[in-house]
Amino acid sequence: MASPTLAIPLRIDSVVKRFGDLIAVSGVSLDVRERACLGLLGPNGAGKSTLIRSIAGRIRLDSGSIRVFGQPAGSAAARAELGWVPQELALYPLLTCRENLEAFGRYQGLRGTGLRDGIAWCLQWAALADRAGATVKTLSGGMRRRLNMAAGLVHRPRMVLLDEPTVGVDPQSRNRIFEMVEELRGQGTTVIYTTHYMEEAERLCDSIAIIDHGHVIAHGTKEELVEQSFGRRSDVLMRFAPTVENAAAWAAARGGTLQEGADGVAHFAVAQPTDIAALLDAAARDGLEVIDVVLRRPNLESVFLQLTGRDLRQ
Amino acid sequence: MISMMAAIVLNGFRALRRDRGALILSFILPIAFFSIFATIFGGMGGGTPRVSVLVVDEDGSTVSERLVRALLQEPSLAASTHSETKKGEPFPPSYTAASAEAAVKLGDAPAALIIPKGFGAHPIALGPGADGAPIRLLHDSSDPVAAQMVAGILQKVVMTSLPDAMAKVGMQYFERASGGLTPQQRESIESAMSRPPNAATQSGPPRDTGFVAIEVRDVVGEKKQNSMIAFYAAGIGVMFLLFTASAAGGTLLDEAESGALDRILSARVSMTTLLAGKMAYSALLASAQLTLMFLWGAAVFHLDLFTHLPGFIVMTAATSFAVASFGMLLASVSHTRAQQAAISTLIILTMSALGGSMFPRFLMPEAMQKVGLLTFNAWAIDGYTKVFWRDEPILQLAPQVAVLIGAGMVLFLIARRFARRWEYA
Repeated sequence: MASPTLAIPLRIDSVVKRFGDLIAVSGVSLDVRERACLGLLGPNGAGKSTLIRSIAGRIRLDSGSIRVFGQPAGSAAARAELGWVPQELALYPLLTCRENLEAFGRYQGLRGTGLRDGIAWCLQWAALADRAGATVKTLSGGMRRRLNMAAGLVHRPRMVLLDEPTVGVDPQSRNRIFEMVEELRGQGTTVIYTTHYMEEAERLCDSIAIIDHGHVIAHGTKEELVEQSFGRRSDVLMRFAPTVENAAAWAAARGGTLQEGADGVAHFAVAQPTDIAALLDAAARDGLEVIDVVLRRPNLESVFLQLTGRDLRQ
Repeated sequence: MISMMAAIVLNGFRALRRDRGALILSFILPIAFFSIFATIFGGMGGGTPRVSVLVVDEDGSTVSERLVRALLQEPSLAASTHSETKKGEPFPPSYTAASAEAAVKLGDAPAALIIPKGFGAHPIALGPGADGAPIRLLHDSSDPVAAQMVAGILQKVVMTSLPDAMAKVGMQYFERASGGLTPQQRESIESAMSRPPNAATQSGPPRDTGFVAIEVRDVVGEKKQNSMIAFYAAGIGVMFLLFTASAAGGTLLDEAESGALDRILSARVSMTTLLAGKMAYSALLASAQLTLMFLWGAAVFHLDLFTHLPGFIVMTAATSFAVASFGMLLASVSHTRAQQAAISTLIILTMSALGGSMFPRFLMPEAMQKVGLLTFNAWAIDGYTKVFWRDEPILQLAPQVAVLIGAGMVLFLIARRFARRWEYA
């Protein structure tokens, strides 16, 4: 068995998890190196949270294995190295910030100076030092999110699982959370970050695994993912009038994809911007009314659409 | 407007149908309570419950033996002259005045009748200054009904079983008042009185006036200031403890719903540690509640708490442990807070009604008293009664403490088994 200090932070090997007939995670394999930030990007229900909970040792796998710093996920050694921030506000609403941190610190086995230092660091990191004595129910949504994150880090783990930490927060609080994650990365913590916001993944993560229906359908840096899907081509979005009925077949015949649930928006990967003219001519010739056309540099959302035909936020 | 109202009504019923907790509270709970109270107060169709009474014959005369026989045959009494025969053991000796008094003090029976020496010579005590020693009625005033019933029934039994003695005394009064009987009258009366009495076939309403002198003595509560305070403190206390334990256990469900439970279990806390911790909190809270209740009883109702402190501590610890494990079990078998609230209300109120928290068990029919032993309330109340009412030593609390601790441990193990569903998805 590898020494915890030398082993890579996370090794996921052919993990499968079923809930009845639903396959939530289907044969996922991933490695995460020290100090990296891996983004798990996918729509709701893709299997991101199940994978995160599996890493946290909260799920019994049907097959495959997960090792955290060389130790089996869920083992005492793995738990000590891991900080899990669940998507829900998993806090004691009637306790203060400090009391919550103390409770979760004790659950991690902290005592005395270690506990006091952990609490002090968390309060400073989450910018909650001036609200240490306030009960959770009196905090704003953003503050609760930050405390929720801090409660998972009071024992200063070497790897942190952040499961959609910005759900339901305002833009200002979201920026503050980004700064907290960047500060963690600056201190050398390995971070696994799930989101369905591609801009979060682009900003924070140095590698991204795109997950859909329990599968990792692409994995790499943002640039690698775009290169794999688009090469040097650009992404063209073409919106048709609601009266157009055969847009899907028309787009497919020209190498495009009609986006599911997006009211007649088709995507095309074009080698040159001037290729738009040919698409518009063809639409006019075939009697399809086009409302607007957008040319954009491909991003992670374009990659996801290209791979699945669906929007990340669906 | 009518169709809108109909839609509202329909929605209400649809929602109710899918909310099992509300459904149980609305329909099953009232029926369950109606049945329980009808059974308790309706006497299960068996009429008034029989009163247990111990009978001691110190006289040993023909008259006193006839009275004892009649008492044993009296259908409204459960009279006995010796303790219960156990399988494989020799026939137990008859009660003496001392052993009967001890048995009443221990709560084996609510009353004892001691027929004194010399009773047979002057069994009937009509009028003032009558001769003869009175029958002693020893009773436990925690059961205020039993002594009055036994006294009344004794008068009836004397009247039906000793008509000859009664008539003899009546004739003496008559002779004294009338100046004497003719020889024919005396012969006729003596002939009638010499026929054997047929007490079994005679019956009649109890008379207010007494035919035998009775000396009534409260052997348990004679030195007590306020007899029933400990009973009510324990009864009401245990019922509310069960609600508190249920609420404390319910925090498990809150934490499961908020995700905090997952987070705690992802740390270094095992499910057993978590359950034991929750149970310890619940037990401490229950102990604090009971202590406060008994302190209030001591301050306001003169409950003699401080001279019974060791017994109180033992019973409070055992009771708190039992109710805390009960709260854990309720939480672990429930899937939602609403479901837990409904199940808790149903079970706690049922246990409290059967176990004597709402109505003393000794006033219930015998079958219901036995059913009551399936509840924590009954064992806790019995234990506190032993401490505060009967002044029994701590060792005598062994059955109650063993049942409460044993049941608590079993419930905790069952709760732990059900809690496995939270351990892993």
